[in-house]
Amino acid sequence: MLRASLASLLARKLRLFMSAFAVILGVAFVAGSFIFTDTLGESFTALTKSSAGDVVVRATGANDPEQPAAKPVPASVVAAIADVPGAARADGNVSDFTTFVVSKKNKLIGGQGAPGIAVNHTGGPAAHGVEASRLVKGHWPEQAGEVALDAATAKAAGYLIGEDVRFVSAGSEATFSAKLVGTHEMTGGSMLGASVTVMDTATAQRLFQKGADQFSDAWVTAKPGVSQSELRTQVARVLPAGFEAVTGDKVSEQMATEIQKGLSFITTFLLVFAAVSLVVGTFLIINTFSILVAQRSRELALFRAIGASRRQVSRSVLFEAFVVGLIGSTAGLVAGFGLAQLIRVLFGRFGLDMSGASLVLNPRTIVASYAVGLVVTMVAAWLPARRAGQVPPVAAMRDDAVLREGALRKRIIVGLVLAILGGAAMYLGLVVVDSNELKWLGGGILGVLIGVALISPLVGRPLVSGLGWIYRTVFGVVGTMATQNSLRNPRRTAATASALMIGVALVTLMSIFGSSAKASIDDQIAKDVTADYVVSNAIGQPFSAEIATKVAAVPGVAETARTRWSPVSMSGETEWAQGIDPVAVRAMTAVKTSSGDFAQVGPGAVSISAGTAKDRGLKVGDSIQLGSQGQVLAARVVSIHEEGAMVRSGLVTDLRDLESLGLPDQDSTIYIKRESSATASTVQAGLENALADLPMVTVKDQQAFADEQRKPIDTMLTIIYALLGLAVVIAVLGIVNTLALSVIERTREIGLLRAVGLGRRQLRTMLRLESVVIALLGAALGVLMGLGFGVAIQRALVDEGFDRLVIPWAQLGLFLGLAAVIGVLAAVWPGRRAARVDILRAIATE
Amino acid sequence: MTENSTETATDAAAGSGANDAERRPRPRAARVAHLTKHYGHGDAAVSALDDVTLNLYAGEFTAIMGPSGSGKSTLMHCAAGLDSVTAGTVTIGDVELTSLREKALTQVRRDRIGFIFQAFNLIPTLTAEENILLPLAIAGRKPDQAWFDQVVTTVGLKDRLSHRPGELSGGQQQRVACARALVSRPEIIFADEPTGNLDSTSGAEVLGFLRRSVDEFGQTIVMVTHDPGAASWTDRVVFLADGKVVDELRRPTPDAVLERMKGLDSRGGAH
Repeated sequence: MLRASLASLLARKLRLFMSAFAVILGVAFVAGSFIFTDTLGESFTALTKSSAGDVVVRATGANDPEQPAAKPVPASVVAAIADVPGAARADGNVSDFTTFVVSKKNKLIGGQGAPGIAVNHTGGPAAHGVEASRLVKGHWPEQAGEVALDAATAKAAGYLIGEDVRFVSAGSEATFSAKLVGTHEMTGGSMLGASVTVMDTATAQRLFQKGADQFSDAWVTAKPGVSQSELRTQVARVLPAGFEAVTGDKVSEQMATEIQKGLSFITTFLLVFAAVSLVVGTFLIINTFSILVAQRSRELALFRAIGASRRQVSRSVLFEAFVVGLIGSTAGLVAGFGLAQLIRVLFGRFGLDMSGASLVLNPRTIVASYAVGLVVTMVAAWLPARRAGQVPPVAAMRDDAVLREGALRKRIIVGLVLAILGGAAMYLGLVVVDSNELKWLGGGILGVLIGVALISPLVGRPLVSGLGWIYRTVFGVVGTMATQNSLRNPRRTAATASALMIGVALVTLMSIFGSSAKASIDDQIAKDVTADYVVSNAIGQPFSAEIATKVAAVPGVAETARTRWSPVSMSGETEWAQGIDPVAVRAMTAVKTSSGDFAQVGPGAVSISAGTAKDRGLKVGDSIQLGSQGQVLAARVVSIHEEGAMVRSGLVTDLRDLESLGLPDQDSTIYIKRESSATASTVQAGLENALADLPMVTVKDQQAFADEQRKPIDTMLTIIYALLGLAVVIAVLGIVNTLALSVIERTREIGLLRAVGLGRRQLRTMLRLESVVIALLGAALGVLMGLGFGVAIQRALVDEGFDRLVIPWAQLGLFLGLAAVIGVLAAVWPGRRAARVDILRAIATE
Repeated sequence: MTENSTETATDAAAGSGANDAERRPRPRAARVAHLTKHYGHGDAAVSALDDVTLNLYAGEFTAIMGPSGSGKSTLMHCAAGLDSVTAGTVTIGDVELTSLREKALTQVRRDRIGFIFQAFNLIPTLTAEENILLPLAIAGRKPDQAWFDQVVTTVGLKDRLSHRPGELSGGQQQRVACARALVSRPEIIFADEPTGNLDSTSGAEVLGFLRRSVDEFGQTIVMVTHDPGAASWTDRVVFLADGKVVDELRRPTPDAVLERMKGLDSRGGAH
């Protein structure tokens, strides 16, 4: 029996390929997601290994990622730890993450999310004697005015050794330049788009440590034979309070863990898409196997007639599924590499440059690919396999053995139940529960999608009938036949359309979400931002306070309001604080408060959002403690505000408070008001002129500011569309597959039609019309469901500032139009095959 | 050569002359001349038809008979423009088929030829009426309502027109096929074992209907069959063996057909 199914598989290579295709695509997505995230993780892990000395001395708690401004390590401490037993040397490190190279063409290098790292050159090795970075050309900087750049950045910026490099920085000098004396390469491999500038210690301290002889942290190098933990114990003994000694291994591990946490978002994100494509793929596999079993029913009946048991017949179909799954998983794994490469390019375009790293294939990727491929295929083939066992032996003797399609009722009941449960889960996620909202919401959407897919033979009927009427009127009998063909296997049509429906529903949801989010942002900006110009950094990096002084000096500028962001601890828990200056406090007249007076915000007086007030149980007049790096400051709540475009934080403080806490004097945004007598164009030109040599900040009017705020949404949408696009591609290939298989199934009918005079072109038209029915059905259902999801989500998020609902009708219309085009394209190949059907073989009875 | 050619029939191949008395001048509906059909190439080549020349006359019901492998189906397929020929010509009315391209050939099949196959005659998704009107609908022609009614009445399907093939008996399905072949008034109808899958009563109904359409409507029909009983409904039986026309019989009776067939079989056996 097994040999028979194997022979039958090999005899029909095309069929094998087509049924494996759905598996390949689904598995490729899973494998691609894993390979990509592993590659990303590996790049960071390699980096972390060379980013810590044998023992690291730092301010206690400095490894908290939300406390970037660590208390510095004084030079005296470094000197002390260098002398402990077992220490070969100790080096103080100065590091900064806001120093960017300006290229010869006056462009900022890197930056899109990746840090611009600046460090002093110490010569101290990283843990286990590893060199943190290797010199490629030239020499390390030895004195003020000399720098070394990583080779990739030097190349991108176009600087050669001996030339002057320009920098912008949030350090004490907003711009500076230095002579390039060497290029280097990080031992950890890819820098993921970050640039690494190396300078002499004195300069680094002048720029980033306010000129004091102190360091960000210090590395202690062990003498040969001294273990990290032995050295750590020795070092800890001499450390003053407020500092800690940590082994290099532990630091690397902590960094890696933090990075993994940060990356888990991307992994989840990609796996969601993998799940979507697997669901879509499962539909296709079920469909394909149903068709295959239907086509082979005569052959299967023959097996039954010559004595094979039901189980043997079922098992032979399952075995076929196993082989298909195996082949599909293997090919899918290979395709996954291609996909990972594609995702890498995609992410690279949005700032996560990983071109230096090679793709990583972990065992779990292989296991997951085969598990998913085999399980999905076998599960998908299970129902058709059972149906195959039920073929009566007598069917072998009949000419037109047809497998009865089970009643739709059971399917529709299951579908309805699923859809209702999904809807309930969505409701829970959006309105009721406070934790795991996204899981409830995602699960709910999935449930509704699958539920509707199951009942789609029913709900799709009016649409197919409506199209059928148009077809009949326009295309006559060819249109009638096309309609009838789509109605003859309602499940098959529905399953094929459902695959497309899922992709289109998610695309529609995202497009409604995106346009509503953008409209909401525009609204808020128009309402809240009273400034004429906004100076900000397009990449979200803070910039030197020096810039605000420059801007204020521009003629025609009436006043400037500064804001900055920093995490601080508020009565023990971390909170992102928005620090604003008194001018800003006065300017923010549009801020709504539920109690208290926002204008009273000043040193020692903060405003908190309604949400924070609720979470912390605070009210106006309550006392709180603000803290950072061991410094503590008492403050009082003076107002409870609502968040908006200007006030975007749960905690608003005077920025002088942030300075008192030892946080760097760096701004995030400067809002500028023009003098009423000054002309807009003159002031803007003046501002642009003042900031001309500071490419890291830009001056924008309100419109441009709004555009900039919307940009991240567009970026996110682009990535999501690209990934969903792949799900749509799978669905389209599903249509091709279904049509091609049904052409094989209907060979006889096609032969007859051709014999009685149906032209090839008419035949192709017929298939095209069938294909368009499927595509439009899927797209229409998808758009409808996406509309439902989009509206539901927007309604649920009104309270969180998502108060505009914008439905991009033109875009939705475009989706439907594209679906019709997709339908036409999907029919090209099956149509060609159908046209080539040999009439004689098709009608031959023997 | 025109459709109205009144050239007296001469049967080039067989010319047994048995029924010369019955001959009357008839227009020729179709002609195959020196038709040769090989399958395969070189040493593996099999000759299915070997220099066959045959005239088919308008308003006549012709049966083509022969043992299996004699080439009768191939002859029909070639004559109907369904299969290509190795050498020779096929003419339907005044159109020479072998020189036609695919598109023109499709139109000839649609407009000038009617088909009745042994099985799978109907499109399962279309009703009986839609199946009957299919060739006209494909051509975008309007049916002649009176003629349609007459055909439907004749085949006795008036109350079955809205049924799908799945809801019709085998005999009824074949009658729908007959009606479809007739309704476009083709120059010639090719029927390939039209009663092969039917019981004798249904078979007789279908044959009776074909006979009537020849007698009453002057339809030209060519039928391939191996059943002497079916052949006896025709005007003329042409016998094929080993790809050649070997004999011909006019006004056949079942016994006479059986007799000739036996002769062919023994010939085949001696081979």
